[in-house]
Amino acid sequence: MEKLDKLVSTAVPLQIEDIDTDQIIPARFLKAISKVGFGENLFRDWRYASDGHEIADFVLNNPIYKGSILVAGRNFGCGSSREHAAWALGDYGFKVVISSFFADIFRGNALNNGLLPLQVSQQTLEEIFRTIEKDPNVLLEIDVENQTLNLNDQSITFDIDPYKKVCLINGFDDIDYLLSIKDEIDEYERRAGEIVS
Amino acid sequence: MTLFEKIWNAHRVKSIDENRDVIYIDQHLIHEVTSPQAFDGLRSRGIGIFRKNRILATADHNVPTINQHLPIEEPLSRMQVDTLTKNCNEFGVELYGLGHHHQGIVHVIGPELGITKPGMTIVCGDSHTSTHGAFGNIAFGIGTSQVEQVMATQCLILEKPKTMRINVEGTLQKGVTSKDLVLYIIAKLTAAGGTGYFIEYAGSAIRSLSMEARMTICNMSIEMGARGGMIAPDETTFAYIKGRKFAPVGQAWEDALSYWKTLYSDENAVFDAEYTYDAEDIQPMVTYGTNPGMGIGIDDVITIDSNSDSNKKSLSYMGLANGASMKGLAIQNVFIGSCTNSRIEDLRQVADFVAGKQKAAHVKVYIVPGSVMVSEQAKAEGLDKIFEAAGFELRQPGCSACLGMNEDKIPAGEYCVSTSNRNFEGRQGQGARTILASPLMAAAAAIEGKIVDVRNYLN
Ligand code: SF4
Repeated sequence: MEKLDKLVSTAVPLQIEDIDTDQIIPARFLKAISKVGFGENLFRDWRYASDGHEIADFVLNNPIYKGSILVAGRNFGCGSSREHAAWALGDYGFKVVISSFFADIFRGNALNNGLLPLQVSQQTLEEIFRTIEKDPNVLLEIDVENQTLNLNDQSITFDIDPYKKVCLINGFDDIDYLLSIKDEIDEYERRAGEIVS
Repeated sequence: MTLFEKIWNAHRVKSIDENRDVIYIDQHLIHEVTSPQAFDGLRSRGIGIFRKNRILATADHNVPTINQHLPIEEPLSRMQVDTLTKNCNEFGVELYGLGHHHQGIVHVIGPELGITKPGMTIVCGDSHTSTHGAFGNIAFGIGTSQVEQVMATQCLILEKPKTMRINVEGTLQKGVTSKDLVLYIIAKLTAAGGTGYFIEYAGSAIRSLSMEARMTICNMSIEMGARGGMIAPDETTFAYIKGRKFAPVGQAWEDALSYWKTLYSDENAVFDAEYTYDAEDIQPMVTYGTNPGMGIGIDDVITIDSNSDSNKKSLSYMGLANGASMKGLAIQNVFIGSCTNSRIEDLRQVADFVAGKQKAAHVKVYIVPGSVMVSEQAKAEGLDKIFEAAGFELRQPGCSACLGMNEDKIPAGEYCVSTSNRNFEGRQGQGARTILASPLMAAAAAIEGKIVDVRNYLN
């Protein structure tokens, strides 16, 4: 997993609530058997008309907005558990998604792929949208270690689970840890015996 | 202790910190869409499956629902299904693939084969894994990284969720089913209302439901954002499991039973949130928007906050207007299937309703059974004849138009009354407009060619 410690970038504002993973990456693009290439079809049906033309007023097609931070409305990533949503965002080049609320499975999937779901209050989210609207070139500064998000002269602190923070900063994933405790898992199986089978 | 806590604690391998435990997984289910990258992960680490007796595979999301004996036509779908077969062979995983007597939607076959039992932990790379919770276990969907973790170690590192209890008391009206009940709850709590929680459903209305009806409710827990939903096991649960293929027998059955009987929330158990609803208040439900929380009773009218751009976008996608009734809306498609409502009881209910009736001429009706076993049972009972006579097309098992990964897609702009679980934009095909409803409401819509109140057709 790629490390994520500090990031300074402009941001792309996507002011829609309840964005589900079917919008992030529609099911018909889930047929790949590797993790790469999903970025091309990120938000496919909002980005392109059915004849393949770019939809001009969708924010990813607006050259004014760019950067590796996506700012989205509340309840981002609801719906299907497809990790392809996190892969698509990462493959497209996003490293952070800022929202006022994340769906559980998406949040976990994102963190397992070095993509930071950064949760702020609804009020802060609205301020961020307004700031970007006023100045699309405004830089957002994210410091994972110190859990801060700076924009203009404002500094906002955000929460992140301490365990996940260590993973993110060092690029570790859960599987490395689990593989290291195999003996304890064996021991659990003996202890649990037949009761929980 | 809550039921959830009892099962969680019994599966704790160790605690990592205050919020985080390593949890042992009893049963892992996999399918073709969310597993290939996990197998690749094992390969690149040079490791195998840790406990082969605890993993089972089926092909469901991508499979065609006609001519399953022929090679899959769509090349990418074929590649994904073939990759699953190849991976299962290489890693020694049991596969109920196409052509197998036990093939079907992963959440339908687990229960019908007696794999799903009380007190277990069950995961699958699919959010509707919550379905299995109807048997009183902890079952939830996971991402592909976690699929790989379970393959490699039979464990997951998990944050302990908060607990919620939803009580539904009283008796459901005639024509109102467990699907309406769960759509009602989601409309009340919203599509995000359960986020961070694991739900236990309780109360007299829940107790009186069959196992299949309970599965429909637990299935849709994820549609309010919850990690999962569960119902304490009782005599209905035990009777359902007994005699199924993987159910314990003899002394093992007696032992299991005495353990299962300890699985309930203690009287003094504390939940982080609790809600109580009255079953009598629930009407047949339909959704009008593009998330499952946007649902109304059939007697009500669409009411959205018109200041919300998201809501306006949603209604315009659906071609519906604020203040309008759903009654009388002409529809073009009906889909009866998915892990929410494709079990034998659903098919029986539909057959009962449509026997001797004819679908409206302009409506296309698909019935897609959840598994080969459901399909065979339906035929054994002669339901296929009733469907045929009514003009309903009975297909072969799979996820089908629930997510439109195979050829079964709803054309852009058309309405589909669907017994599935998601009405997201494009879920059933680009531009498709999904209206979620119960199998009974779907059947009535198929006959009348428009949305109607099924209660007016029951005697
Ligand atoms: S039927 Fe639909 S919801 Fe259920 S597992 Fe298949 S795609 Fe997912």
